[in-house]
Amino acid sequence: MDIRAHVSMVFHLDKCIGCHTCSVACKNIWTDRKGTEYMWWNNVETKPGTGYPTQWEDQEKYKGGWEREEDGKIHLRLHDRAKGLSNIFYNPALPTIDDYYEPWTYDYENLFNAPEGDDQPTARAVSMITGKPMDNIEAGPNWDDDLGGSPVYAANDVNLDKLTEEEREQLAEIERVVFFYLPRICNHCLNPGCVAACPAGAIYKRGEDGIVLISQEKCRAWRMCISGCPYKKTYFNWSSGKSEKCILCFPRLESGQPPACFHSCVGRIRYLGVLLYDADMIEKSASVSDEELVAAQREMIMDPFDPEIIAAAKKNKISDAMIAAAQNSPVYKFVKKWQIALPLHAEFRTLPMLYYVPPMLPILAKTKDGTYDIEGLNQEGLPAMLSSLEKARMPIKYMASLFSAGNVKEVEAVYRKLIAVRIFKRAQKVKDYQQAEVTEALTQGQTNPDEVEAIFRLTSLPTYEERFVVPPLGRESAVEAWENPLERKTEAGFGVRNKIAKRKF
Amino acid sequence: MFDNFLFIGFPYTAVAIAIAVTIYRFWFDPYSVSSQSSQFLENRKLFFGSVPWHYGVITILLAHTLALLFPGVWGLFTANQTRLYIVEIIGLAFALMTTVGLVVLFYRRLSNARAHTVTSLWDWVLLVFLLLQVALGFWVAYYYRWGSDWFLHTAAPWLISLLKLQPNITYVTALPFWVKFHFVGGFIIILLLPFTRLVHLLVFPISYLWREHQVVIWNRSRMN
Repeated sequence: MDIRAHVSMVFHLDKCIGCHTCSVACKNIWTDRKGTEYMWWNNVETKPGTGYPTQWEDQEKYKGGWEREEDGKIHLRLHDRAKGLSNIFYNPALPTIDDYYEPWTYDYENLFNAPEGDDQPTARAVSMITGKPMDNIEAGPNWDDDLGGSPVYAANDVNLDKLTEEEREQLAEIERVVFFYLPRICNHCLNPGCVAACPAGAIYKRGEDGIVLISQEKCRAWRMCISGCPYKKTYFNWSSGKSEKCILCFPRLESGQPPACFHSCVGRIRYLGVLLYDADMIEKSASVSDEELVAAQREMIMDPFDPEIIAAAKKNKISDAMIAAAQNSPVYKFVKKWQIALPLHAEFRTLPMLYYVPPMLPILAKTKDGTYDIEGLNQEGLPAMLSSLEKARMPIKYMASLFSAGNVKEVEAVYRKLIAVRIFKRAQKVKDYQQAEVTEALTQGQTNPDEVEAIFRLTSLPTYEERFVVPPLGRESAVEAWENPLERKTEAGFGVRNKIAKRKF
Repeated sequence: MFDNFLFIGFPYTAVAIAIAVTIYRFWFDPYSVSSQSSQFLENRKLFFGSVPWHYGVITILLAHTLALLFPGVWGLFTANQTRLYIVEIIGLAFALMTTVGLVVLFYRRLSNARAHTVTSLWDWVLLVFLLLQVALGFWVAYYYRWGSDWFLHTAAPWLISLLKLQPNITYVTALPFWVKFHFVGGFIIILLLPFTRLVHLLVFPISYLWREHQVVIWNRSRMN
């Protein structure tokens, strides 16, 4: 047993309103430099949709993550070691800037300087890479925002492959169109594909908190991490020739603040806390069959109250404060205790440490004779309005494709519990459900009133301190004394100490 | 006198400067050591340039080095007429591949607006000298046939005399102008190495073949 601590995350999708405040907060702090204009370390996608970069989930194309062989061993989908070196002159699986979008600005100066003429002067779009005018802008940040039902974007979502023709058609039907938001940052995986793919060994995981970082001094632009990460969360800075990625705002974490995207979240969907896990189980958990992946990952997370675990953690030099943070962790509750938060695309086998509470599914209803008609509203059994699982507009198979590597049972169990919370609270406040119905919902959700109240409390009414349990990382005494980590931020990013000359070399 | 400069003074100076500047750059500016890949901005032409160029030039350089390090074995190998033909043909083919690849890369940086923006003045200088050098190499191999043999009696002993710090240029002074130009060109490339993105060949990540897949860095030792 090798117990380690990991700063982990939960995003509660039911609360995400798709406002992109998180993206903007991140952009303003970290990716406001030349070469990073197109990067969104935090982005919010509309699902079903093609996402950013386009169809990033299609690993036939991008070759990200790990693949399981017949004998149960896993290997990088991108390359083995020898192929990694022989493909170094040309990476066949590299996305290009066009898979994201070409960043642009507008020629505002022309509005002031244009010579007098018959026409109103215009501000033309100008590429931020070449400086040349762009006549056709074909993609941009959040280009497919809110385009649920779109034949161009929603219909090309890779996750729809698992659905039947009928189910797919239904998704595009007027009045039944459905979509939800999926905010994404780096998952800071336990078995990261980017780290394993980097020929230079420039990417590493911080032992104490699990944050995955790219050493800007060791990065040689071999660009394999961009392909190796199945979530496409490492980005290539085309100007500096270095890869960059989400740093989980470690400078903020080290001073006790949650990351900027967490802090600024309007819907308060984000939770941050410590998980204790057994590092000896990493390879085994990443190698089980698709069906078992979610359970295996949950298995790795250890109970921070178990004296044996605490002793093992202390033996590994995990501080008392870190263990206390793990005991208060909202992430532990969502992921392990209540088991209602799931990893995104577990089948990529990188063991992501960002978990999602899936959004409730709208029911399959239509306007009929001027009223909103819900099928089966007056039928026997649980009230259809809230127990929408069978009549959901978004097929459960789609959610399973996103959150449980295709294992429908895992997602279903989560939904049964979430439905139980709603029915229980509705019966309590609105009092329009019978006790029998509530009991049935609780049984189906395999839960009890105490747990329901706790889930409700942490979902709807959590305080700032309950959402973000930032452990004291204690790095300040040990990290080499940076003269001023912000000194070169505008040219090269946080923490770079050397003067970065305008590239001559 | 001028030959003394070209074949003794310049090579030593070039190598000395290259070593000093390389050390300086790695020590004081490791951030700048990068291959500066532009594949992210332009993908298609790069394939037809970068792949033939790199595989071509690596093979050619390897042949040069092997002949230099093992002149005896190399000489025995090329002593047979059939084998000499084979070596010459393979050499010419790779030289052509290298040249074509580099021309494609050159054209790419000229014609593609995105690739053009990320090309610095030093990149152009390097490209021009590399193109000159490989084109010249191809020309010499084609025009002054059987280079895989006469290399052993001209360039090889001269380079070894340089390595032994007992320079002897009598091996090369009588050679034709273009051949001499190619010899000097090699040292121009060595001189350019630390000043350009060419440094990336010094950091070829061979250790990827055996390093652990996952890299974990602890801020403090866990054991004491």
